Amino acid sequence: MHQDISLIFEKSIPGREAFSLPECDVPLKDINELYPAELLREKPANLPEVSEVDVIRHFTALSKRNHGVDSGFYPLGSCTMKYNPKINEDAAALPGFEKIHPYQDPKSVQGALELMYNMDVMLSEITGMDRVVLQPAAGAHGELAGLMIIKAYHEHRQDLKRKKIVIPDTAHGTNPASAAVAGFDVLEVKSAADGGVDLESLKNAMSDEVAGLMLTNPNTLGLFDRNIGLIADIVHQAGGLLYYDGANANAILGISRPGDMGFDVVHLNLHKTFSTPHGGGGPGSGPVGVKKQLIDFLPGPLVEKGKDGFCLDHERPLSIGRMKSFYGNFGIVVRAYAYILTMGAKGLREVSETAVLNANYIMAKLKAYYNLPYDTACMHEVVFSGQRQKELGVSTLDIAKRLLDFGYHPPTIYFPLIVKECMMIEPTETESKETLDEFIAAMVQIAGEAENDPGLVRGAPYSTAVARLDEAKAARNPVLSYVPLCGCDI
Amino acid sequence: MRYIPNTAGQRAEMLEDMGIGSVEELFSGIPHSLRLNRSLGLPDALSEIELMAHMRELAGKNADADGYTCFLGAGAYDHYIPSVVRHLTSRQEFYTAYTPYQPEISQGTLQAIFEYQTMIKELTGMEVANASMYDGATAAAEAAAMACGATKRNGILTAYSVQPETREVLKTYSRFRGTTLNIFGYKDGRIDRDDLEAKLTGDTAAVIIQTPNFFGIVEDYAGLAELLHKRGTLLIVICDPISLALFKAPGELGADIAVGDGQCLGNAMNFGGPSLGFFATTAQLMRKMPGRIVGETTDKNGKRGFVLTLQTREQHIRREKATSNICSNQALNALNATIYLSVMGKEGLKKVALLCAGKAAYAREKLMKTGCFKPVFNAPVFKEFILEYKGNVGGLNEKLMKEKIIGGLEAGLFYKELENTWLVAVTEKRSRKEIDILAGKVGL
Repeated sequence: MHQDISLIFEKSIPGREAFSLPECDVPLKDINELYPAELLREKPANLPEVSEVDVIRHFTALSKRNHGVDSGFYPLGSCTMKYNPKINEDAAALPGFEKIHPYQDPKSVQGALELMYNMDVMLSEITGMDRVVLQPAAGAHGELAGLMIIKAYHEHRQDLKRKKIVIPDTAHGTNPASAAVAGFDVLEVKSAADGGVDLESLKNAMSDEVAGLMLTNPNTLGLFDRNIGLIADIVHQAGGLLYYDGANANAILGISRPGDMGFDVVHLNLHKTFSTPHGGGGPGSGPVGVKKQLIDFLPGPLVEKGKDGFCLDHERPLSIGRMKSFYGNFGIVVRAYAYILTMGAKGLREVSETAVLNANYIMAKLKAYYNLPYDTACMHEVVFSGQRQKELGVSTLDIAKRLLDFGYHPPTIYFPLIVKECMMIEPTETESKETLDEFIAAMVQIAGEAENDPGLVRGAPYSTAVARLDEAKAARNPVLSYVPLCGCDI
Repeated sequence: MRYIPNTAGQRAEMLEDMGIGSVEELFSGIPHSLRLNRSLGLPDALSEIELMAHMRELAGKNADADGYTCFLGAGAYDHYIPSVVRHLTSRQEFYTAYTPYQPEISQGTLQAIFEYQTMIKELTGMEVANASMYDGATAAAEAAAMACGATKRNGILTAYSVQPETREVLKTYSRFRGTTLNIFGYKDGRIDRDDLEAKLTGDTAAVIIQTPNFFGIVEDYAGLAELLHKRGTLLIVICDPISLALFKAPGELGADIAVGDGQCLGNAMNFGGPSLGFFATTAQLMRKMPGRIVGETTDKNGKRGFVLTLQTREQHIRREKATSNICSNQALNALNATIYLSVMGKEGLKKVALLCAGKAAYAREKLMKTGCFKPVFNAPVFKEFILEYKGNVGGLNEKLMKEKIIGGLEAGLFYKELENTWLVAVTEKRSRKEIDILAGKVGL
């Protein structure tokens, strides 16, 4: 089959056009009458000149070179690649949500404010927190806001020594990166043999210089840290606060709440747990919830319910300030809101129960073939090690690439960092037993190939649009935009 | 539940296969004292029919730009979005994929981002662009942080005529990073160069300006970059990408970083989000850039392909030493922008910009002729302008709302000295008729 892989710029033919714009219906002034020449651009931006059909064919061809959740199984650990319900898209596309301006008089956007208010209430109930703000644009942005809140809280109490954040070595890289952006130093603590936080290390790390602990629970090994009550006591007794990274909240809906575990601040990823599409890497949404004593520090504005309806409260002197323009990724919040209303309490609990069942089923079926570093019931994701295959000359990367030939998106690999040749599989609740069985069969087959024909696995993938790409070359000699072969302008 | 395929029978089968009595056993790791021993207090589950009825009811309480004529801007705009944008972006292969970690099955997303980076580079006249940030305001905050890192200085000096919420975001980020943020003023609506120079110190990492600025005025900043570079200070320019079809690009004027909000490029207003922030810089500063970056390479057969690159800057490798904590981009919004710019192309984008400029000029003249307004500034504007109303602006907007018109912004809410002024945005979507109706309704 002919595969068109040219760039949109390479399809450009001078004089072609795809746009449809009205003729100017006001008396048109000469551009030079409106602006002095020194403001005007002489050399136009070289955008492509293509027809509408060209645009449609080009981006359709590109889309075919992608794998989405609708294409097939996507067990990318820690990313919760569940099905994205279509009805949520219909709801978000209503003009009353999509075509409203953030600076409209609150009286003219009461429905939007009501939705935000309801979402605050529902997410507070789900997390066991007292107030949730919807402004952060993504998980990492929520982390940053949450850490700023912790810092502002200590500063407000004039407790100025607390400049460190404790983070376990299993944490995602965003945790320490967010802590640094929030102006903290990072103190890493080792994990115990069971994968949980090592209590002795934690005790030793705590001091009057520690502002708080960042924790994902279940953690990135897919394990619930049963010592969380003790951990919370240790941190609180030393005057610190607990931050909950909600990346793995899909395991605990309606079962256990961060607020009840002792956490003071939590962020959720609406694009993971609450089914909004990942869009190829965004937009997401990372609401932040806090306990009562931290509400004053939330970024603003907050939606309040007054006697004349809903309003935006901008008068919040202790607030950390604004994290982004306007009120967050509202369009994403609408989708997640529709999802929660569709599921209800019972449905959300069923989500977590099924997600956990599916992950454990994969664990049970594959542990004879791949090393299982933590042989205990997991939560919503299971972590294997490809160490046994590595000894046969097949790396985890090879296994991941071979999975592409079976039509699957591979698991998250080489993370968490503490497991060698790591493979982190998160099936989610939206996958059927048949899908899981087929995936398991593929993994078993690959384990066999690693033993009998390791070269086959090392050479994979064979069926994709491109073979393995030279990433070292891309980094060594960065080509970050189109350069025409002729060396002239585009 | 229709999103959970496994039946009770299948679940039982799976449990039996695993030798486990119940799902409950799988949760035995969670101590009972930490369990929620009740149902979550949420509304009952809704069917599609019930859900859409509720969503329509909520949406119906909002005045939207389909039913109302929108003259509100100030950072979010009612621009035209070609039909093909939604049709293409909605393709599930783009829509339901994640960050392209596995390039072999993500060439669609990766190539689209590569094309996006090229278009942003072209528009801004800079040398490299990243895969996008959350929005224009956070892109500006990231630019400020990058400038501090690159110059090893701690001060940022920003124009007062930069969008107020962008300044608020800059303030939040700089407060926690421990950098200082100072403001210089404006004179007749444009940056006050005397004030800027007076406030420039040896610790100023960068100066931030916006063009067109919050008042819609096109800044004339020729020579500014040279002046700053002599002092070791970088120039960050926040710009409207559509305006770049008409006006000199930041790159042409020596800017070190160009950022801005890309909502106007094929993205709906969405009550303020999601949008995207674009981010472009010089080749020299490339490795200090935050965020995802896509680069070209070849596969083992020599075929062209695209990958995420320069990842040693990023959080998943560098952890606390990363250039930023961002680990996603606004891929879908950037895709909207890429498709939008492909549809508009070289000529179309210029036409959009000319329509905006022409209609804004017409609207300004028309409103001035009513005798109800006084000019505030005299400098040339792009698609927005600010006028002082002889009556009460809040009252005017309320009156217009009843006429199904979303009026301009009461700029006094953000600038005390601009009490009773009206910031009016006129995009290519506004017809002469709509402008004439507006002018006919502003009487005292």
